[in-house]
Amino acid sequence: MTIFIPTPLRPFAAGKDAIEVEAATIAAALDSLTQAHPDLRKHLFTGEGKLRAFVNLYLNDEDVRYLPAKEATAITAADTLSIIPSIAGGC
Amino acid sequence: MGILHLTRAVYDEIRTHGEETYPNECCGALLGTAIQNGWNVVAAVRAGNTRTDSAHNRYNISGIELVKIERDARRQGLGIAGFYHSHPDHPAHWSLTDLSEAHWLGCSYVITAVAKGKAALTNSFRLAGASEEDKRFEQDTIVIDEENTNQS
Repeated sequence: MTIFIPTPLRPFAAGKDAIEVEAATIAAALDSLTQAHPDLRKHLFTGEGKLRAFVNLYLNDEDVRYLPAKEATAITAADTLSIIPSIAGGC
Repeated sequence: MGILHLTRAVYDEIRTHGEETYPNECCGALLGTAIQNGWNVVAAVRAGNTRTDSAHNRYNISGIELVKIERDARRQGLGIAGFYHSHPDHPAHWSLTDLSEAHWLGCSYVITAVAKGKAALTNSFRLAGASEEDKRFEQDTIVIDEENTNQS
């Protein structure tokens, strides 16, 4: 599958905006990604290994949080995974 | 201090957007390319504010809208350089909410104060730091490029 890397994380992914990984599930794909680019790990996961609350994952156009199997969802080579930190604020 | 280049069209567009949504906050993404110590922004993309419960002082862009904005940017050979939003009847300075909700390290957050419906000061703040734990805002110098105003 192709994992799209957002602007702020590209410095930790050798400057790439997209990375191909071979994996059976979303979790395995993230594992493969962070093994290849270890500096990404602390930006994506808490010290306890949980995905940081502000990191959104989209499998194609689907929010992974709302998929029945969440990060255990099976993937194919044609799928894309977008990593999108949240954007919010206010005065 | 970082530099944020905006075309005149982008600068005008984000200020107009803030006036149009007043007394609520507007929000959107800035697309461009990285330059030394900053960004060269050539397009502003309007986004919906999902915080309809408190739109006068909060904004949020939905994840799927961001995915689509990012996808379109990539097709154009651009990246997300930052985001913009307005502060209705509030200074053009980041708030504690802005900082706690900011997670795009290295990107610029542009804020326009809109006073009684009229765009006033526009400032830009770079989310600096090496990680979520030591992030901070640092003010950018905004440079308005008068050329290439056909893009927005």
